[in-house]
Amino acid sequence: MGFMQDNACQDIKVLTVERFGKAPGGGPAVVELAVENPGWAVRPGQFAMLRPRDWGAADLMWARPFSIYRADAQAVRFLVAVVGRGTDRLAGLAPGDSATMWGPLGTFFAKEAEHPTLMIGGGIGIAPFTAYIESHPRSDLLRLVFGHTLPIAAYPWPALAAGVAAEEFHEQGREDLARFIALLEARMAELPAEGLVLACGPLPMLKTVKDLALKAGVRCQLSLENRMACGVGACLGCVCRTAQDELVQVCTRGPVFWAQDVDLGGEVRK
Amino acid sequence: MNLSVDFAGLSLKNPILTASGTFGYGQEFARFGDLASLGGIVVKGLSLKPRAGNPMPRIAETSSGMLNAIGIQNMGAERFLAERLPRLPWKEVPILANLYACDTGEYAELAALLAAQEGVAALEVNISCPNVAAGGALFGADPRAAAKVTEAVAKNAGDKPVMVKLSPNVTDITEIARAAVDAGAHALSLINTLTGMAVDARTRRPRLANVVGGLSGPAIKPVALRCVWQVCRAVPVPVMGMGGITSAEDVLEFILVGASAVQVGTANFFRPDFSFRLVEELPILMQKWGIGSLEEYRGSLKP
Repeated sequence: MGFMQDNACQDIKVLTVERFGKAPGGGPAVVELAVENPGWAVRPGQFAMLRPRDWGAADLMWARPFSIYRADAQAVRFLVAVVGRGTDRLAGLAPGDSATMWGPLGTFFAKEAEHPTLMIGGGIGIAPFTAYIESHPRSDLLRLVFGHTLPIAAYPWPALAAGVAAEEFHEQGREDLARFIALLEARMAELPAEGLVLACGPLPMLKTVKDLALKAGVRCQLSLENRMACGVGACLGCVCRTAQDELVQVCTRGPVFWAQDVDLGGEVRK
Repeated sequence: MNLSVDFAGLSLKNPILTASGTFGYGQEFARFGDLASLGGIVVKGLSLKPRAGNPMPRIAETSSGMLNAIGIQNMGAERFLAERLPRLPWKEVPILANLYACDTGEYAELAALLAAQEGVAALEVNISCPNVAAGGALFGADPRAAAKVTEAVAKNAGDKPVMVKLSPNVTDITEIARAAVDAGAHALSLINTLTGMAVDARTRRPRLANVVGGLSGPAIKPVALRCVWQVCRAVPVPVMGMGGITSAEDVLEFILVGASAVQVGTANFFRPDFSFRLVEELPILMQKWGIGSLEEYRGSLKP
């Protein structure tokens, strides 16, 4: 009957909500949501499904998948970009409110104590790298590149960049895109052949990173963020195509894949 | 409180089962509760050969519900029987195999293969999937086709109960129900999803690559209750009701209009421990409302 994990799906309390930046509607662009840790041991790159205990008007149904930003004995933390109705309501949670959460879910980033590792975060895809940096035995081998379209004040950049060689790139228009790609290419060229690239962010960025890593001849892992309903492999809504031409669930077979194992073209429509 | 139900020869320890397509192959939910505590598990629709399913995006959230157009992506019956069924607690909880095929010959072959397994307690015949081009809903919308498929499955099911899953996307659901029962169905389950559509007015694109999909969730509960009520009055076989169940009260509503048991579907996506919690909540609500037995409450809707 498999193993029973009593804390896998939990109703927990919201501990703190910190707001960053401004969305067009006046609310925050990004929130850092800390909730009680029900006893999870998290591996960086894994995610959780999160929703208010009740959505309220009950017109929303699904929980939302978020990378785990940080976790310690007291709290599991998420960075949530406010992009729609669901994230807007999550951003409106207050300390003491009830939320429902299940996880930790999915695969995680490779951690290599002996090889230089380049982390590339695009927008809110920056989230999983803070836990990664904090748990890595050799932060001197790590380098972080953060590409973002919102002003940097929309993110807790000092916390994201702490303890590691980090740079951020504000992409303000299409003309900046080529410069960002050139930056990624230059950082990859600095890696030795056994270097590792990790990326999390929007699909077009992941496609570019995959191509660049292939060109640079370095290994690469990508974290995908397809739309999900269940997070546990049942709804088959989040599938991606593998290099072997199979459709597999991003929630259980991913979200972190070796770049050569996934086909990011074709099936996945923007 | 005794919640057991004798359903077309199946002994269910309670009337709460999980609906096909919302509970994977069962094992996906083992970390969230005790699978053996459920009334039964209806596994993801199986076909003879593996199916890749439809292109992405396949799901969309809608008001009080969701649309899906998965297209019966599955590993095929043989791989399920070899790899997944042995890992399910089938001695403790009935496993119902949901089967899908493109023609009656395939339905017959699939029925024989699945029914021969000790671990398969019953067959649920999918004649109502709206998301596949061939078969599926085409059989479910025509009484003669529904009868043919039912007959083919029933003839090959040995002593295993055959339950036919009906579509609400028809003019008169009782007509299909009668046709299935006359052709040998031992039970019926309903409703499958309602055909629906969602579009993005800004980008002018459909929200599903398949354009249309199946609507499920609380939004469809009134339609489901109406269909279950009509079918229970039209046929003598037991009915498994489903469509938008999100609480113990919803379970009782379906039983009140005549269902013998229910299936929980989309709510398994709301939280993965949902069905396990419902099994615990149902007797508490029954006690609170002074409902002594499901038998006495079933079909007791007042005028």
